Amino acid sequence: MIALDVTFAALADPTRRAILARLALGEATVMELVKPFALTQPAISQHLKVLENAGLITRRVDGTKRPCRLANKGVAEIDQWLAMLRKALATNYDRLDHVLAEIEPAKRGTKKGRSKK
Amino acid sequence: MSKMTLKTEGDRYVIVTRKFAASPEAVYRAHTEPKLMQKWMLGPDGWTMPVCISEAKPGGKMRFEWADGKGNGFYLTGEYVELNPHNKIVHIERMHLPDPTPDNRVETRFEADGSGTLMTMRMTLPDEKTRAAMLATGMEHGMEASYVRLEGLIEAEAAKGRSAG
Repeated sequence: MIALDVTFAALADPTRRAILARLALGEATVMELVKPFALTQPAISQHLKVLENAGLITRRVDGTKRPCRLANKGVAEIDQWLAMLRKALATNYDRLDHVLAEIEPAKRGTKKGRSKK
Repeated sequence: MSKMTLKTEGDRYVIVTRKFAASPEAVYRAHTEPKLMQKWMLGPDGWTMPVCISEAKPGGKMRFEWADGKGNGFYLTGEYVELNPHNKIVHIERMHLPDPTPDNRVETRFEADGSGTLMTMRMTLPDEKTRAAMLATGMEHGMEASYVRLEGLIEAEAAKGRSAG
């Protein structure tokens, strides 16, 4: 089983998810990631550290550069998809809580004798 | 929210559980009656489901259409396989993005849990191509600012792939 909690924490940030989407297209250096995200180099490096600690990316040494790539493309993509599903479902079910409170108000209150519709 | 759990079972299935403060009957109704489904089965904020067809009987059709009010939309079609009021729904669904994704068999169970309901949903993990299509849809819809910035890049890459293939 995938260690989903650690992964979800790393994927909770939209910038980190977007970095993974970029790396799904191929290896990139920090400077190459700075450009499309309009963030500073230290900010990108911090995001990369979180992704690396979560085992989602790996970095290799190439002279003075340390290019990043997805640690395991298949697993990282599945995790990204699961994170999207989790977010969509959590939003839906929070809404469903309100719908259920409307159709079954008797469950919420302590008043008795109220007829259910 | 900690009320929901989501985990993989092997490399083929996704299991989702969620508790609700309502009876299995109410949760089951909210999963099968169009007027109720249209209130919550919406995904990201700002989206609506203008079309919701749900013929809750074995072989009955499902069709859900979503729209973001800005010209973006997609839909899902499916069929009910088995209904056991108010405990179990088995259905098959596919998303149209706009090409149909492979059929996904979804089993949803509702069990009484104290004064509420424990829902357990078991679905198939979509294949790589389908996951990519679904993720791309999320990006197209501009759910996140950073995704929007990447959109052009990914579309260009996809166009490259198409012309190469």
